[in-house]
Amino acid sequence: MKEIVILSGKGGTGKTTLTASLAALWKNKVTADCDVDAADLHLILRPEIKQRTDFYGGKEAVIDLEKCTQCGQCQEVCVFDAIDADFVVSEINCEGCGACYYFCPAEAISLIDRHSGEWYLSETRFGPLVHARLGIAEENSGKLVSLVKGQAKMLAEQRHLETILVDGSPGIGCPVISSLAGADLVLVVTEPTISAKHDMERIFSLAKHFGVPAAAVVNKYDLNENLTEEVESLCHREGVELLGRISYDPVVTEAMVQGKAIVEYTDGTVAQEVRNILGNLQAAL
Amino acid sequence: MIIAVASGKGGTGKTTVVTNLAWLLKSEGVTLLDCDVEEPNSALFLRPKWEESNSFRQFVPEVDLEKCTYCGQCSQLCQFGAIITVKENILVFPELCHSCLGCKRICPVDAIGDGERELGTVSVGRAGAIRFVQGELRIGEAQAPPLIREVKLRGIVPARKNVVLIDSPPGTSCPVIEAVKGSDLVVLVTEPTPFGLHDLKLAVEMVRTLKLRCGLVINRSTIGDRKVWSYCQEENIPILLEIADDRRIAEVYSRGELVVEALPEYRKAFRHLYQQILTLTKRN
Repeated sequence: MKEIVILSGKGGTGKTTLTASLAALWKNKVTADCDVDAADLHLILRPEIKQRTDFYGGKEAVIDLEKCTQCGQCQEVCVFDAIDADFVVSEINCEGCGACYYFCPAEAISLIDRHSGEWYLSETRFGPLVHARLGIAEENSGKLVSLVKGQAKMLAEQRHLETILVDGSPGIGCPVISSLAGADLVLVVTEPTISAKHDMERIFSLAKHFGVPAAAVVNKYDLNENLTEEVESLCHREGVELLGRISYDPVVTEAMVQGKAIVEYTDGTVAQEVRNILGNLQAAL
Repeated sequence: MIIAVASGKGGTGKTTVVTNLAWLLKSEGVTLLDCDVEEPNSALFLRPKWEESNSFRQFVPEVDLEKCTYCGQCSQLCQFGAIITVKENILVFPELCHSCLGCKRICPVDAIGDGERELGTVSVGRAGAIRFVQGELRIGEAQAPPLIREVKLRGIVPARKNVVLIDSPPGTSCPVIEAVKGSDLVVLVTEPTPFGLHDLKLAVEMVRTLKLRCGLVINRSTIGDRKVWSYCQEENIPILLEIADDRRIAEVYSRGELVVEALPEYRKAFRHLYQQILTLTKRN
């Protein structure tokens, strides 16, 4: 079984758009949306949710004001500034560390499981999809990403599917690190802008740090062909295989507005470019 | 006045809005905080001269094995599995630690001392008259929020009444919360596409959870569909600026240049945005 994670560092370079088209073309795979913070893949894949499960990511402290003697111990030990003058815990600031719970002399504090989101097992016209929604202002996106990936793996084993296609989130922090863990290949979607190039270098370093090989695709390559060449030579220097280029074309947005993958919506240049990328990706694996 | 520029979806134009606004306001003593510490990009456009750059470190437990009695109280307290006691052995996983100090406080024999883990660097500099503070998360580090907190501590001087612009990370979870918390207005940047609208709704929910005010910039406003406008009307979200899709802006951006410098006809639009921000923050 092979697991491919689509990342970019910079947001908005086309991770989800490319993932949707790869999902449309690829047989025998499970798709997983690990951008649990701002998941968009379902807008194209339009899943039928088969199973919905609550996600409890961590703990949060609750103070029983009837038992509370207002001694102030909890405020003193809380480094997150989560307990206000009236001894009410701020859900937003509380990281669920438990310090207040252990130090309260009146046993007025309990640690409860924090409902942080939901995850779903779904069917789509392109096969099974595992996806999730992290609650607003929640933590523990990394845990939810691991859970989604674990479920996708289980599903792939049950159904004897060979590949897991993972749409990742922007950045290089907690959810990205979780989505990288155990992957066979990181596919970096970049574009010829100095910010995307800068962010791509950081993703390459991260992939190296965790020992996952990387490959790259340059989206909107004709926006600045000089920079595209710079980005590509940087990939060569880093030993990152280039799987192809995608043109800058309004048809990509049109397909999205229609809720379709590019390869479903058109047979034009962009669709051909995506098909070539899939061929190169499968060869690279 | 603290203005945070955020978005649910990445790549909608946060950095473009922040850097161009900063350039326009440079004579007013503006400070720019790049709080997108995972991928800080504002400096690529404003090219500040760095005056100092410091490693930012946080507490992690360092166990003195001579004193430790392996009682396990620290492991029982730690909710993150960062310190594990197994019989006569104690293991610390620094990358899981949230630096709550609980283990150090609860240890009955004072066996836990101050170790540290580097989260990243905080750099301070100037781009002409613009004061610039940026955080950069160390590769392999998962926790961005404490570093973001530090950037804000370095950059926001409460006594000063100047304009502070915050470039936030994308999304709606803890790093974004840390970046936008305490601001007078959150300027959300979107594009009128299904992905843009879907993530905008999440961002608006996030802003409302924090009880903050927001206004919207619609970037590449001539692509996609009109659903963002009807959403804004229903939800009573003021539209501060619309920027039409212009390939020249994309090209200017790709080279790391500022729109207001390379395409001066856009200065008026960004000035208008600032006026709108002022009106909105003064209203309440």
